[in-house]
Amino acid sequence: MNFSRRRFLRHSALATTTLIAAPAVFRSGAFGAENPIVVGSLHDQSGPIAASGTPMVYALQLAVDEINAGGGLLGRPLKVIHYDTQSNIQMYSQFAQQLAVKDKVDVVHGGITSASREAVRPTFDRFKVLYFYNVLYEGGVCDRNTFCTGTTPAQTVEKLVPSAMKKAGKKAYIIAADYNYGQITAKWMTKYVKDNGGEVLSTDFFPLDVTNFGTTISKIQAAKPDLILSALVGGNHTAFYRQWTSAGMKGKIPIASTTFGLVNEPTTLDAAESDSILGSYGYFEELTTPASKSFVEKIKKAHPDSPYVSELAACTYEGAMLWAEGVKKAASIDRMKVIEALESGIAFDGPSGKVSLDKPTHHTTRNAFLAEVKDRKWSVLESYSDVKPADTASVCDLVKNPTDTKQYIINL
Amino acid sequence: MAIYLIVALDVLNGISSLFLLCLGLAIIFGMMKIINLAHGEFIMLGAYATVISANAGVNIWIAMLIVAPLFVGLVGLIIERCLIRFLYGRLVDSMLATWGLSLLIIGIITTIYGNTQQGVPTPLGGFSIGSYQSSYYTLFLAGMAIAMMALVYGVMRYTRWGLIARATMQNPAMAATLGVNPTRVYMSTFAIGAAITGLAGGLVAPVSGITPGMGGAYVAKAFMTVVGGGAAMLSGTMSAASLFGAVNQVGAYFTTPVYGEVLVFMAAIVLIRLLPQGISGRFFKGNL
Repeated sequence: MNFSRRRFLRHSALATTTLIAAPAVFRSGAFGAENPIVVGSLHDQSGPIAASGTPMVYALQLAVDEINAGGGLLGRPLKVIHYDTQSNIQMYSQFAQQLAVKDKVDVVHGGITSASREAVRPTFDRFKVLYFYNVLYEGGVCDRNTFCTGTTPAQTVEKLVPSAMKKAGKKAYIIAADYNYGQITAKWMTKYVKDNGGEVLSTDFFPLDVTNFGTTISKIQAAKPDLILSALVGGNHTAFYRQWTSAGMKGKIPIASTTFGLVNEPTTLDAAESDSILGSYGYFEELTTPASKSFVEKIKKAHPDSPYVSELAACTYEGAMLWAEGVKKAASIDRMKVIEALESGIAFDGPSGKVSLDKPTHHTTRNAFLAEVKDRKWSVLESYSDVKPADTASVCDLVKNPTDTKQYIINL
Repeated sequence: MAIYLIVALDVLNGISSLFLLCLGLAIIFGMMKIINLAHGEFIMLGAYATVISANAGVNIWIAMLIVAPLFVGLVGLIIERCLIRFLYGRLVDSMLATWGLSLLIIGIITTIYGNTQQGVPTPLGGFSIGSYQSSYYTLFLAGMAIAMMALVYGVMRYTRWGLIARATMQNPAMAATLGVNPTRVYMSTFAIGAAITGLAGGLVAPVSGITPGMGGAYVAKAFMTVVGGGAAMLSGTMSAASLFGAVNQVGAYFTTPVYGEVLVFMAAIVLIRLLPQGISGRFFKGNL
């Protein structure tokens, strides 16, 4: 091949120009024409928490699709950038950085466990990216950049404990998972049992890999409580309900739980093992309101194999919609303008009913429901409208301290 | 008084389920010196084989006692032929390979069945002692532990095949000169170890939560028990399972479940410090 100096220079100059120009050309091709608003999503679609994360991704996608079908926001379409965090906290930290720095998203919806939320929240604070956490949790997060749309114990445990005590009796035995959620929830249970004139006989915590509950079942029998309050978490802990039934205890002492049935327990357990367990959440798939029915129908139509559509999915959908209302009201995508709009009493009628954002806490005032398992489904017994996040409100006031970024441990 | 009986049953339950969950590992690790980190996933496969066949209409006892060990034994056979046979004598490599294998098995099961699986109810029901309730299934597990122990002992001690297997594990070169084919013995021993693990998985299926990651809860305790037991496969595993099972249950009863777990790990550390060769390195020398 004849390779002259001149030809070599010409070729390399051409190649260099192409290389340098490429990103600009691709960029304007991909973004320039439509210029979408970018929504970040961090949810676990694999690993132990996948059964919780999967319907949340479906719900977020549904909300974004609906907004886009209605013409987008501010005349711009929405685009979701989703990362599967694989039930791994390290992945949360890594992808949070990536969303903030590389993808330059306008808002992030995501985080499932409290540990994952606390891993990503400081990142979004630092890079000034608006953050929505759409999961029920132990309460107390006080951060102007963060909105928590799920329920907190004052909204659910407060309803669950008295109605269970009314049915069963005053003496309770608490069993809970041994990490921050279980520990804090057990404190709330104790508080509400005492507030209602009852007594807690004992509180037992279980590491997440405990599979044998034989001694606990014996201890419960020896203590003779009227009622068991459970905040057990995860696949290994469902063994408790099995072993409880196999010992013939089912139906002898009623069980109420703050975690049972949030994901898939009623479908994995036999009817004999799960019947008549009480639970309380901000949403149940079985709600018969038109908004709820159409929400479930849309998700199941798009994803026929979707796991149970719980509060997690409903709050994610409502969180995305609340954010969209905020953007509409602010008429801007600027972070501070959107936060101020969201603080101005934004509300949205979602699958669970009316949800409104509370200015001083950045939590939601929403409906709560009490239900009982019947034949592997929830049967909703009672609903409570407009329940306030009173627990977080007792420690957090973002109107007075707008620079606060703490999660308060609520003293009981 | 009745409460002591109930606690004694809890202890029996702890010991027998720990023994059943460890026996397959004791054969694979104790006899063949293969560190099988996919042991937990063999248990999970046994549990899945049981619940899926039971939900498909197979009798629960057949699903537990026949389908689970056959299926996992077959899986073990395939794995031995494709992977393990290249790793004999390579301890560290076998750890890495079987750890990868465990991730692969979890991935495959999650892809096929998802993260949610309907379990099976516990058969047999409960009985009462005084004002306390317990489950017949506990007694059944204890019976199965004794039966498995007798079976493995009988085969190893009194059959020609057991003799050949023990000889091969002790000195493969000498066994080969005497006309035994060590490759075949290794293959069948691994498959039998896997089958026993599958049986244990089937037996715990009705009393545990069935998820693709459930094996993780068992694998550490199983290794601890087998190492604590030492070289003698049966007597070592049985004595270590009795010690750890009893410590766990009694500890959990008198303190809290958290300390029950802590006490087991402490007992294991003390045991290995005092008896570095395991229990059977000191007390049951030369036994099976």
